[in-house]
Amino acid sequence: MIPSIPQSTLFKSSFRLYAFIFFAFLMAPLVVVAVFAFNDSMFPSLPWHGFTWDWFFSDSEPKLGLFHDPQLYQSIATSFLVATCTTVLAVALAVNNAFLFERSTFRGKSILYMLMLLPLVIPGVILGVSILIMSSSIANYFDDVWAIDIELLRPGLTLVVIGQFAFITTICTLIVAARLRNFDLSLEEAALNLGASKLQAIRTITIPYLLPAIIGAAVISFLMSFENFNTTLMLVGSDSPLTITLYDRLREGATPVINVVSLLLMLASVVLALGNYFLTGRKSTAE
Amino acid sequence: MMTKGKSKTPLKLGLLLLLCPLLLWLVLLVILPQLTMLNISLQERVAPRIYEYGFSNYIEFFTEPLYWNTFLRTAVMSIIATVLTLIIAFPISYYIAKMLRGRAKGLLLVLCLIPFWVSELVRTYGWMILLRESGVVSSFLQYIGMTEGPIEFLYTDATIMLGLVYSSMLFMVVPLTSTLESLDDSYIEAGYDLGGNGLSVFWQIIVPHAKPAIISGCIVVFMLTLGNYLTPILLGGKSSLWFTEQIFTQFITRFNWQQGSAFGVLLLSISSLIVWLGLKLSRQSFSKVMS
Repeated sequence: MIPSIPQSTLFKSSFRLYAFIFFAFLMAPLVVVAVFAFNDSMFPSLPWHGFTWDWFFSDSEPKLGLFHDPQLYQSIATSFLVATCTTVLAVALAVNNAFLFERSTFRGKSILYMLMLLPLVIPGVILGVSILIMSSSIANYFDDVWAIDIELLRPGLTLVVIGQFAFITTICTLIVAARLRNFDLSLEEAALNLGASKLQAIRTITIPYLLPAIIGAAVISFLMSFENFNTTLMLVGSDSPLTITLYDRLREGATPVINVVSLLLMLASVVLALGNYFLTGRKSTAE
Repeated sequence: MMTKGKSKTPLKLGLLLLLCPLLLWLVLLVILPQLTMLNISLQERVAPRIYEYGFSNYIEFFTEPLYWNTFLRTAVMSIIATVLTLIIAFPISYYIAKMLRGRAKGLLLVLCLIPFWVSELVRTYGWMILLRESGVVSSFLQYIGMTEGPIEFLYTDATIMLGLVYSSMLFMVVPLTSTLESLDDSYIEAGYDLGGNGLSVFWQIIVPHAKPAIISGCIVVFMLTLGNYLTPILLGGKSSLWFTEQIFTQFITRFNWQQGSAFGVLLLSISSLIVWLGLKLSRQSFSKVMS
């Protein structure tokens, strides 16, 4: 079962066949989504009517291309906005948390660490719903007692950012903390000995060291936010991010323009993730 | 050397500054929402806009067969999906970890990761294109003459299962592969030297070594499957009967937040219970499994 143990060719080739079928299974849905983006037909299905770029660039109904479909490209912009806000918040808090958990000692640290991991066990739907309940309760309270309507606490993009921030922070913290754990403290001490202040040492020595992990966390956070559906669905208001728009379109009956969006989404996320994977090493990405 | 006790006051202040953002996030966004949900779930309506504490939402869950049947069905299907994922993933992890060398190994592992980077919505959409009545599989079967007319593969339990196993695969393959990689080849060789055959080496050396990864993989897959929403809805259609869908219906469609909260608390409880049981059985710490 390992190269040093002789095995029959049948055994080896059946393993190889199994692996082949497995990867075909893994890639099949992604491949069909990509292929049908170019089908010159109203439906993303066979028969094949020939190759076309219409679903990207056509500017007239019925084959309205992505770049002329305001509903779609506006929702992409919305997703960008949400993902950027979430990433900034999550990464900032993650760096803070990493220093807290790796550098300080205080009572109750391990309990706090466990609590910090909690969002990983809460299903996305529940997380979204619970934040919705709480913010609505607060909003209702203000409305009843002081007759102030706080628009921010009603379903909408702010709540979407808050909901995503709630669980993405945990993942970012794990990535940044893992790198800080391997930091050689003597480097910082050398800076202190050479006359730097504590803050200067952290800014000039520790933060540059952490940078790959920070970038890695930011990429992961951006992707997770951009692609999140469950939590977003519960908190969304009138402006829908891309995944919500796609979902609505899917239920109405999809046209190949959905494939075009999906294809671009796939390309962007695979390029981002692969780049991140090879730049920052496999360890932090695989978590 | 910098020691923690040397400059007590500034360090304390620093600690407080680091602690505040974390606590704010934790309390406001993670803990309080769950407690609010618990609180709401315990309220029953006695008159319009008047609520009292009581267990009626939970009693409703146990007396209405649709609710607890859906709950049970979700749990059972999640368990089956977890077992299937393990059975399918194990040989692949073994193949990547032990039978491949060098470049091919890294390449296959990255291939396993790719579907995970793609949005769940896109993956599920891919399965819809493949499996629907006018889809690729149906057309292919007609083309090679296996069937006369088109076949609808969507909206069955088997399709939901396929989608669930597909989206969970990564969370099983990655921990299994890294654990199997840490198994020293000489143990396997020793097993054979001592007269073991393939089967006994597998059960007595490989499986015990991989056990921590098997358990943590199963916990994560079960949790994700139980909380999944998109796959059952899109691949199962109206017949999916998934518990998260019930929660969504109570909240968004029926606007019965009290009932929805009770369902949420139940789902969260069963999910936490399973995680806790898994950790107890394997004697692992929560922090280790999650990171």
